[in-house]
Amino acid sequence: MPSIDPIDHIDPITRDLWQVIAATDELPVGQIQRTTLLDVPLAMTRDSAGLPVVWRRSDEEAGDDVDPENILDRLPVTTGYGFVWTSLGTPSAALFPIPEYAEADRKNMSCGSIGIHVSAPRAVENFLDMGHFPYVHTDILGAEPHTEVKEYDVEVSEERDEVLATRCRFMQPRAAKSATHAMEVEYVYRVPHPFCSVLYKSCPEDENRRDVIAIFLQPVSEDRCRAHLLQSMIDSTSTITDLRRFQQTIFGQDKPILENQYPKRLPLDPRAETPIRADKSAIAYRRWLSQKGITYGVIPMAS
Amino acid sequence: MTLSLSDPAWYPIASSDDLPFRHVYQGQLLGRELAVWRADDGNVNVWENRCLHRGVRLSIGINEGAELKCQYHGWRYANRSAGCTYIPAHPADAPARRIQNKIYPVAEAFGLVWSAAQDSDNIERPFAPFPGAESGQWFPLRPMPVNAAPEDVLAGLATLAPDDRPADSLPGLALRLGDVVYFVQPVDAGRAVIRGLLPSTPADATQALRHYNEMLSKLRDRLERAAAKKPAPEPLAPAFDKVSADLATMPDIAIPRGNTIPVVVKRKWTSADGVIGFELAAREGHLPTFQPGAHIDVHLPNGLIRQYSITNGPGELMSYIIGVKQESASKGGSKVLVETVRQGDMLAISEPRNNFPLRRDATRTVLIAGGIGITPLLSMARFLDKSSLPYELHYFTRACEQVAFRGDLEALHGTVLIHTGLPRAEIGTTISTALGAWSQAQHVYVCGPSAMLESVRTTAAAQGWPDEAIHFEYFKNDKPIDDSSAFDVELARSAMTLHVPAGKTILEVMRDAGLTVPSSCEQGACGTCLTTVIEGEVDHQDVYLNDSEKAANTCMMTCVSRAKSARLVLDI
Repeated sequence: MPSIDPIDHIDPITRDLWQVIAATDELPVGQIQRTTLLDVPLAMTRDSAGLPVVWRRSDEEAGDDVDPENILDRLPVTTGYGFVWTSLGTPSAALFPIPEYAEADRKNMSCGSIGIHVSAPRAVENFLDMGHFPYVHTDILGAEPHTEVKEYDVEVSEERDEVLATRCRFMQPRAAKSATHAMEVEYVYRVPHPFCSVLYKSCPEDENRRDVIAIFLQPVSEDRCRAHLLQSMIDSTSTITDLRRFQQTIFGQDKPILENQYPKRLPLDPRAETPIRADKSAIAYRRWLSQKGITYGVIPMAS
Repeated sequence: MTLSLSDPAWYPIASSDDLPFRHVYQGQLLGRELAVWRADDGNVNVWENRCLHRGVRLSIGINEGAELKCQYHGWRYANRSAGCTYIPAHPADAPARRIQNKIYPVAEAFGLVWSAAQDSDNIERPFAPFPGAESGQWFPLRPMPVNAAPEDVLAGLATLAPDDRPADSLPGLALRLGDVVYFVQPVDAGRAVIRGLLPSTPADATQALRHYNEMLSKLRDRLERAAAKKPAPEPLAPAFDKVSADLATMPDIAIPRGNTIPVVVKRKWTSADGVIGFELAAREGHLPTFQPGAHIDVHLPNGLIRQYSITNGPGELMSYIIGVKQESASKGGSKVLVETVRQGDMLAISEPRNNFPLRRDATRTVLIAGGIGITPLLSMARFLDKSSLPYELHYFTRACEQVAFRGDLEALHGTVLIHTGLPRAEIGTTISTALGAWSQAQHVYVCGPSAMLESVRTTAAAQGWPDEAIHFEYFKNDKPIDDSSAFDVELARSAMTLHVPAGKTILEVMRDAGLTVPSSCEQGACGTCLTTVIEGEVDHQDVYLNDSEKAANTCMMTCVSRAKSARLVLDI
């Protein structure tokens, strides 16, 4: 059987996107790390200037020493928000913006990269979802009996080509590491990339500003992904370790639920599942993926 | 023999022991994952292992005894019907649309649970015990899972027979070796479970189980070694059914008109002085899912239609129990039920409809019933009971003998206070104390005579209860009807335009024009004259549609409601 290049199975939109693959700080200089992106095996390292180098791997092993100068057939690379991004096609010039990341007094941190046996779009949808807070993040992001998802607004911004959900409100017992009592938290969600979402939530410390939490999904295969988490917080008291642990606790609660979701790819046919009003953002997200022509990690609508 | 996804044969899918109290067991048959659970009433449910909302496995859900609760968003599905009864993200709404998970037929026999890849609403091949089943007091062996093709497993079992006494083939993937019967559960194309039955409970059960387990373990090892040498068969790929089109488009509010359902009066009894209980049972299978607070229309032998609340608890779908007030001055509705309908009679009822939904997100729920108003509140108390949510039920009657459903009330675990024979003034103070001051997430539900309803509403309002925390249901339309408007109705299917003058209803004008249109209460309470609106703005004056249904402007009651626009186009 002739070998088929996995790249041929990727839809052109997905192929040309920037895709996250690692936290920049965690990538060793002059040593190989391996990963998989869109079924394509990759090797990566950093050069002496600290800049990432990424290429399609054959028999390289993790931990092998490498002189990045010898790597000629390189994939495009950029860094942003503490992470390394590459592309298997021809990516646009810039990554989507998160302007808050540059504010001087924020604590910016990566909160780990966690493998999940589910497609990247399913993980995005879970990130957009408030209804599961009392059940999955019990006593942290929600608690019975406060289960109501109040009306909120969703739009697809033409200008920025992203899904935007605003006026999202939810009663939370302990909304953030720095929260000490229950409060109604207001969220804004952005989906600026088919496999990435950015969340802005009321900050317990400063009512005029918002904490930023982002999830960048690396689609490993059609039904597996790695979640890379970013926090950009206004928090003068917690340590980075505490903040990371908090976010990892939350994510550790989501993982077993996501891995019990079937089918693992996100179905785009509106009749595949049963949406309710609380799922407005998910519905907009599914339509947006459909209209873009994304077929990787989803079950496209039968045409 | 190759496995077929649509093989309708019955196979064992679990041991009865796999279903202990409040557990959910994950099974699989012909590639389909199953969530298998026993409700507190003993009924075994075999459902597709997938919540219809976001596809999370229901086998990781919580068995609440009469409902299964999904781990992801807390949706509740009812015992027997797998109908969704509650969506916590929208606690004030009754799930208006029929969200119902896929269910498979089930039988429990010989210590095993059996199912089949058939449509459980339309079973083409009912469960039949294997030949010779009647001769034994069967004792199930421990199941033995094998990673090999089911047909190879069956062939392997046959090789265990001694040369002089070959195995007897039984229908399906089953055979008899001596007096032991073995079934192969086809899990998937390359996976099976051997389930055996001994003809009687052995003297030393542990010893016997160990003996057969060792024998089957050896067979498994042999079969798996052989299977490893062959290419693995392609797993079966069952498709998930699509949800109905009306469930897929989100915000539209559909008002189910529903067909009537024939029921048998299984029991009729005097529940209390002046209250007759009726148990209405499905002719076969179970009745549709209902939510606490729901009512049914009962079509009476004299052509009238009357509404009665369902008193049942969660997952009780084999029959609905209603309470009917014996009224001397009855308009002929209750009177017919009480006087002429007998045990064994057939009646027609509507699908349950809920204008009185119960929120399950309250920190405190107060239920106040007066007289026959106990019926929907009994159902609510039972649902709260099962979910271990706190509530206080206050039940007012004029005399001790008028306390209906007393045994059912005594079986509740919450606070149940029965107030009998209180003078009017004392009723007021009792209500006031029962309500107390309002705080966040407290709700009161009231059902009873209009005087009591008014008393609860005014007292609650005076004690700081906001409107949205006070819940009640109208069975009568006591609101004054404003019939001063005049407008045109265009009847789209009848190709007719009629003028409705002030002082006349749409219904009357249609009848004057020779049309036959169904109606019953003619006061906007029963829903019989529900009509689809194609164009125009409706002036709703009924108490049948709820606020969101009214706002949707897609249907109306022609007996009382009118037009705000100059013209209405109706689907008649």
